[in-house]
Amino acid sequence: MMRILLVEDDRDTARHVGNGLMEAGHIVDHADNGDVGLALAQTEPYDVLIIDRMLPGCDGTAIVERLRQSENFTPILILSALGDVADRVSGLRAGGDDYLPKPFAFEELLARLDALVRRGDRSHTETQLQVADLEMDVLARQVKRAGKIIALQPREFRLLEYLIRHSGQVVTRTMLLENVWDYHFDPQTNVIDVHISRLRSKIDRGFSHTLLNTVRGSGYILREPE
Amino acid sequence: MNRNSFLRSSTFRLALLYVALFSASVLLLFAFIYWSTARYTAEQTDGAIIAEIRTLAERYETRGLPGLRRLISDRVERQRPTGKSIYLLSDTRQRTIVGNIDRWPQVDEVDGWLNFELETGGTRRGVHPARARQFQLVGGYRLLVGQDVNELKRVRLRIISSLGWGLLLTLALGLLGGMVMSRRMLHRLESINDTSQKIMDGDLGRRVPSRGSGDEFDQLADNLNRMLDQTESLMEGIRRVSDNIAHDLKTPLSRLRQRLEALSRHYSDDSIPKADLEAALQETDHLLDTFNALLKIARIESGPLRSDMQTVNLSTLAADVVELYEPLAEDKRQRLTFQSRSDPTVSGDRDMLFQAFANLIDNAIKYTPVGGIISVHCTSHDISTEFAVTDSGPGIPAEKREKVFQRFYRLDESRSTTGNGLGLSLVQAVASLHGATVSLTDAEPGLTVRFILPHPKDGALPKPVQSGPNASP
Repeated sequence: MMRILLVEDDRDTARHVGNGLMEAGHIVDHADNGDVGLALAQTEPYDVLIIDRMLPGCDGTAIVERLRQSENFTPILILSALGDVADRVSGLRAGGDDYLPKPFAFEELLARLDALVRRGDRSHTETQLQVADLEMDVLARQVKRAGKIIALQPREFRLLEYLIRHSGQVVTRTMLLENVWDYHFDPQTNVIDVHISRLRSKIDRGFSHTLLNTVRGSGYILREPE
Repeated sequence: MNRNSFLRSSTFRLALLYVALFSASVLLLFAFIYWSTARYTAEQTDGAIIAEIRTLAERYETRGLPGLRRLISDRVERQRPTGKSIYLLSDTRQRTIVGNIDRWPQVDEVDGWLNFELETGGTRRGVHPARARQFQLVGGYRLLVGQDVNELKRVRLRIISSLGWGLLLTLALGLLGGMVMSRRMLHRLESINDTSQKIMDGDLGRRVPSRGSGDEFDQLADNLNRMLDQTESLMEGIRRVSDNIAHDLKTPLSRLRQRLEALSRHYSDDSIPKADLEAALQETDHLLDTFNALLKIARIESGPLRSDMQTVNLSTLAADVVELYEPLAEDKRQRLTFQSRSDPTVSGDRDMLFQAFANLIDNAIKYTPVGGIISVHCTSHDISTEFAVTDSGPGIPAEKREKVFQRFYRLDESRSTTGNGLGLSLVQAVASLHGATVSLTDAEPGLTVRFILPHPKDGALPKPVQSGPNASP
């Protein structure tokens, strides 16, 4: 459960996002203008902030800047109606942690919030990773499942590393493109699916339990079998 | 401004033409001055000779031959050695009676005048031109009166040489003036040219400097600036309109998507068929994708986004795209190869370039049949860097190659495949943002698409990075 502040002036989006988050079991505060949003963010302890870029009152990027200046490092996801590279860059430069152009699939938002909040507690410096009987030694660049070594291409290794570090969370295709390939673009074809199915055939084929699962309509999840 | 362009400039040519015309008229004027001066001095001499003949003739009439003889010898004696008068009086048998030349000149008379060469002695030794007139006296005596016109000749030569120097000076001054004038004009034209170039390069706020003197260059600058203001406000208008459309259409579309999502969340039982809902969601997403692509193209085309330009290693970028698409090609049993000669570095927006290259490779995979070959090349030339994708697909007929860049244009054969018909338009937009060109050529069989990025003209291109890890920005 997360405590989330949503600063969004569009009522429909706010209701949709708010309801969705509450149904997913989170606590949501909503501010419909920048000034109230900033005041709430400065006084209440939130796990994550969702801030729209264009707001009446204090502008979204300005809120982010003000919070960072006052040493408030709560993870922030910036929403924008203008899914433009320049906007993303300026949003992230102001101190935002992630950026999501509107319109977005609700699952995409949920997955990104999850990744943002958990980023804090799962250390990135950890080099021995494990999910069920799948082990990864980041330094030795070695992957084993049930003790058997699995040979992976460098990109497959990075893909699996990202999935393991976010195990138990849904990761979307865009998140993979941005974090594993480090490019922001809109593929005309779902290239990521092919990479995933290739990786799946390497780590799951021949095992009774599948670790890498597809989540319909949103993305993928690597998790221990129940 | 280099020397060649200065010499080729129209202002300099104009100045040259002006100097030529001016020199020609100076030459004419000088010729007239020379002619009238020469004529005047000649007339003076001739007048003096005629007057002298008259005086001598009168003396002969009043005092007879002895009187004339005395007068002539008086004149000859009184004449200083530098004197220039010539006298000769002879009798009917051509014998000299008195005079200061030895014999009668052996030349024919022209209009009553004799022009001849005179050998002189004394201080003025040499051959001098002379001019004289003869006069028949009553009694068969012949009188010759003339003048040594050497002075005259020297004066004429002096005049010619002064006029020649004057002409040279005129030419030199004219050329110098022309150069200074055309340099000044060129300087102002260059500033207008520079400004236009900078505006074309994306600095839309720049304006042509005006001196405030109100001359025609200032007027030109003012007019250009007004035109630029208009263009800028029009472009701003287009951007505003497309942003408004983006907002006005995207918002209801987003809501539609949100409602569909909410529906699928709330009716997890089978009261609404799940497949229908998902199909509706997919259609909405497709609509939004098309819309996003269109907006992206519009935004790239309507204004420069130079702020995100960075140094990009094209080879690394291309390799990343190929790597991303390799499994897709493998699924169609296509061979996707990548070759990079040299390590080209360009200045660009890496996400945009990635998008463009991805679209090109995506297209190649889509339109090349199962088992085909796709080769990607990255080559650096002297003035440009080239990213080329060659496939063994059906290619594009020559007459349709221009059209495929148009928005929503799709070849009839490709209507069955997925896509929105905006892929190549986006590539084209990214290319023009980078000053690059996209060309389609027949690969016989198949198609070669070249994305050619020119190197910066000023040679400010960063040197390719040698070591691997630094290569990707």
